[in-house]
Amino acid sequence: MTRPLSHPSWKTNKLVSRFFQYLILSIIVVLMFVPVVMLVFGALKTRGELITHPYTPPIPPRWENITGILETPIFWELLRNSLFVMFVVTLAVVVICSLAAFVFARMEFRTKGLAFNLFTLGLMFPINIAILPVYFVLRQLDLIDNLWGVIVVQTAFQLSGNIMILRGFFTAIPAELQDAAYIDGCTTFDFFWRILLPLARPALSAVAALTMIVSWNDFLIPLVVLNSEAFWTLPLGTMQFQGQYGSDLALVSAFITLSAIPTIIFYIFAERQIVAGLTAGAVKG
Amino acid sequence: MQQPPFVQNIFKSNRGSGTPRRFQDNLTIFLFLLPAILLFFTFVVYPILQSIYYSLFDWKGFGPAVDFVGLENYKNILSDMVFLKALKNGLLIILFSLVFQLPLSLLLAVLVGRDLPGRVFFRTVFFMPYVLSEVITALMWLFIYNPDPERGFINAVVVFFDGNAQTWLASTDLVMPAIFVALTWKYFGFHMLLYLTGLQNIPQEVEEAGRIDGANAFQNFFYITLPLLASTIRTSVYLSVLGSIQQFILVWIMTKGGPVNASETLATYMYRFGFVRFQLGYGSAVAIYMFILCLTFSILYQRLTRQPDYLSGL
Repeated sequence: MTRPLSHPSWKTNKLVSRFFQYLILSIIVVLMFVPVVMLVFGALKTRGELITHPYTPPIPPRWENITGILETPIFWELLRNSLFVMFVVTLAVVVICSLAAFVFARMEFRTKGLAFNLFTLGLMFPINIAILPVYFVLRQLDLIDNLWGVIVVQTAFQLSGNIMILRGFFTAIPAELQDAAYIDGCTTFDFFWRILLPLARPALSAVAALTMIVSWNDFLIPLVVLNSEAFWTLPLGTMQFQGQYGSDLALVSAFITLSAIPTIIFYIFAERQIVAGLTAGAVKG
Repeated sequence: MQQPPFVQNIFKSNRGSGTPRRFQDNLTIFLFLLPAILLFFTFVVYPILQSIYYSLFDWKGFGPAVDFVGLENYKNILSDMVFLKALKNGLLIILFSLVFQLPLSLLLAVLVGRDLPGRVFFRTVFFMPYVLSEVITALMWLFIYNPDPERGFINAVVVFFDGNAQTWLASTDLVMPAIFVALTWKYFGFHMLLYLTGLQNIPQEVEEAGRIDGANAFQNFFYITLPLLASTIRTSVYLSVLGSIQQFILVWIMTKGGPVNASETLATYMYRFGFVRFQLGYGSAVAIYMFILCLTFSILYQRLTRQPDYLSGL
């Protein structure tokens, strides 16, 4: 048991295992990119090229499909609606969830356990199951065919998970800090606003990033709530576009590619926050 | 910069203003929880209750529900072959996920490991499909599953290797595996991420110690790493099962539950009755069934998979 840690056989072992690690991982990466590459290839070909050479790289790339879509107002309207919904939902979720999570993490009251369990119940009732019941309520509230209908429902169904994530982060902030703040004369709100929230900024940005992704990608709620084309969001518009121009695969591919670009850019910049939020949420859940 | 009067004011407002801390706290609790509770009750709790009510009626959605049928809807659902098919498909997705998707994610997480150069690159790439919308995912896969080898890449590969082109999404036998591949493509990165985080929480010394004691890589993995990952696996399985039960958008866009209901899931079944056929009472009953299913599973799962005591220290 006195084998030195840098035994030569270990080194070759390590090299061999590294080689296989990279080999398998690279194969998976290539396989994973197949659908994406096919889509992008299609987007950069003309309709004729896509029919005659469906799988070759687009050389030279044809930008006509992309520029054509960018010149029509449809794409920009969809983008604007999606952005509007996303920003309002994210703002609402961050504000509402941090208020509620603060109470659950930092304050005591008699029915706290019950109230918190009620919110966890929300996780058992995800929107894919709830959509029909929620539709009835929206109809009663006259929120059908209205972007605010989408906004309130998306916000409501983001509450449970995000309250749980934030509660976890808030609980981790030491209690001594709260005592010190109270001794120094802070009110509860002062403590929340001036001390806790600034400290929890990473958690808040994680929740915001997650909410943005969920709201941006949501298809079901807009599908059920929105009828008028003027209100459609990007995923809804993408489906509609595919239905309308289905025979021109190159054009549809271009549209789908364009609609994926904002997500990918956002992902590259906010990966850390998204990962932090998801893993925190999963551990708490 | 000292402000003695300011400090005095604070004492005054807390002691002399006649509003005891207790009352202030209760007010804060009330006001802080109010928006969350309002939204939650209006759009989560109230809809559940209302659905329970509507599920007792034969209701087409126009005017008040008057045609009371009791538990008729619930009985009819259970005797509908299509519902049973949807239930079976849900179980199939769960089974596939547990047998293929999660082990694959775990394998990749172990391969990416803690210190592989390029680790961040692989994590970023594998996780990317998770952030792409389900609409984009579904359409991409719809394209490459095209039955015509001149248009669908997968069939082009099959033909290239002298196979017969398949009608993937239009075949009652192949449609579920085909959908499952797309589902795996989209979701394995999420589970891999969970495992990666779990792996990072395992102290490296423990594995080192195993190696020094003469355990080979497999023994190390099965007797040390895997047991220490138990709580991560537990979470990942839980989320995977809940996700499988409610699978909707991908299936709806790719097949609409077809051909001949071969890829029907519970959520597409509910959507069809609620929003296509407008049998809202019946659809509500389906929603309640799904809710009960998720709830029962969650409670049982949490009960049955309590972390064993000897792991609680880690």
